Amino acid sequence: MKKLLSTVACGIVAMTFGQAAFADPDNNNLTVEGMAISTDAKAMAGGPLDQLFSGWRFRASETQSLQMDDFDNPSFVFVEDGEALYDKVDGSEGKACSSCHEDVAEFKDLRPTLPRWNEAKGKLYSMEQYINDCRVDRMGAEKWKWTGTNMTAMTSLISLQSRGMPISVATDGPVADILSKGKEIYYTRVGQLDMSCANCHEDNFGNMIRADHLSQGQTNGFPTYRLKNAKMNSIHARFKGCMKNIRAKPFKPGGAEFQALELYVASRGNGLAVESPSVRN
Amino acid sequence: MRSIAIAAIGAAFFATAANAAEVAPDSVAFGTDGIVAASLTGAAGDPANGKSVFVNRKLGNCLACHVNSDANEHSFHGEIGPSLDGAASRWNEAQLRGILVNSKMTFEDTMMPSFYRLVNGERTMDKFAGKTILTAAQLEDVLAYLQTLK
Ligand code: HEC
Ligand code: HEC
Repeated sequence: MKKLLSTVACGIVAMTFGQAAFADPDNNNLTVEGMAISTDAKAMAGGPLDQLFSGWRFRASETQSLQMDDFDNPSFVFVEDGEALYDKVDGSEGKACSSCHEDVAEFKDLRPTLPRWNEAKGKLYSMEQYINDCRVDRMGAEKWKWTGTNMTAMTSLISLQSRGMPISVATDGPVADILSKGKEIYYTRVGQLDMSCANCHEDNFGNMIRADHLSQGQTNGFPTYRLKNAKMNSIHARFKGCMKNIRAKPFKPGGAEFQALELYVASRGNGLAVESPSVRN
Repeated sequence: MRSIAIAAIGAAFFATAANAAEVAPDSVAFGTDGIVAASLTGAAGDPANGKSVFVNRKLGNCLACHVNSDANEHSFHGEIGPSLDGAASRWNEAQLRGILVNSKMTFEDTMMPSFYRLVNGERTMDKFAGKTILTAAQLEDVLAYLQTLK
């Protein structure tokens, strides 16, 4: 019996191996508006992945091409909403974002570093929190919902300023504990289907899961326009969707768990170019 | 006429007996290497219904991960697990039942879900908590279908 099992197991290994070659990401190159954007990167030594690939490399060519021209990219409708919101006075102080940050291009180094430790607040900060702090403390306006349309319009506009720059979140110092919490979540099997993020995005990237070509689940393209729901999707909304698919109770968007996961997943993609706002299915 | 009546009574009796004999998820008896010898319902499954459970995305959803040429009328077969073509020539009934009931008893740490187990991953959604993915009858039906994949 044992022998039979191991013979079969060998067969499985051989098959998986055979598939791995066939199931690589494609070799297409991404240029956006004539600018070449690298969609792979060498991973840091000692990490779980050898080679990093953007999710773009796993999408069908029709979906890929939507991201190569800002005119075709449906995200830009939302980026325009973000531009309008950027200049819109809101709240008791009579201010807009542009009252303090005249040109949104000044945020061009921001996206690759987030989430990061906010020394003044003594906690990990995502872009959404910086935006809401400005709204509440400086504008006297209401907070935006983490995954809401105003918020994703704004995070899309701000992330766009860093397009092409390599993700480089800090993993040491005060965030080290949060990073390991995120890692624990990444490898914990959850839900009735009993799977971890790693089952799909580390062990099986490149393989088809029914009609979906599994990517490494990188976050360099976020916020991303999804053909599935025709809107911009935040990182936390994507995490929530993946957890629901395996019949697990998602953590709260904007909560400590998803933030820790956001940091850990970003760190797995350190070196990949920011593609936001990207297009996925 | 008489014998038909007796047969009918016999069938009815067996159906009741089968229900009573249904093995609860937490009392399934596993043998060596995760095999499960006895039918969970006490009866043989229905292969035709088994195929519908197999392809149904809310039930078996087996095509998410496996190629199966016998279901080629459905597009998009996953490639996470091995092809199930010829599965019944590689595995006997008790082995296949074991793989379906709790795949982890046969393949350590496998990604394949366990279809007849009460406690699965952490944070299981309330509406699925304490429930099995398939019922005993659905599982026996899928098993009967797998046995046709020679
Ligand atoms: C059952 C398989 C499965 C599991 C488990 C899973 N995902 Fe996914 N995930 C997918 C699929 C399918 C997609 C869409 C195709 C792709 O990009 O891989 C996806 C997409 C993503 C993306 C978007 C990638 C991009 O470039 O657009 C991210 C980020 C992601 N997943 C993160 C996670 C995290 C974090 C977890 C754990 C909480 C997780 N996933 C668990 C199947 C899964
Ligand atoms: C999320 C992925 C996934 C799903 C869904 C899934 N399986 Fe599997 N299955 C696997 C993997 C992976 C293996 C290989 C075992 C291992 O992990 O080493 C496997 C192995 C098997 C085997 C042994 C195959 C062989 O030839 O060695 C059978 C039989 C099987 N699965 C049947 C099913 C059936 C029937 C269903 C649906 C009721 C199903 N599986 C659903 C992933 C899956």
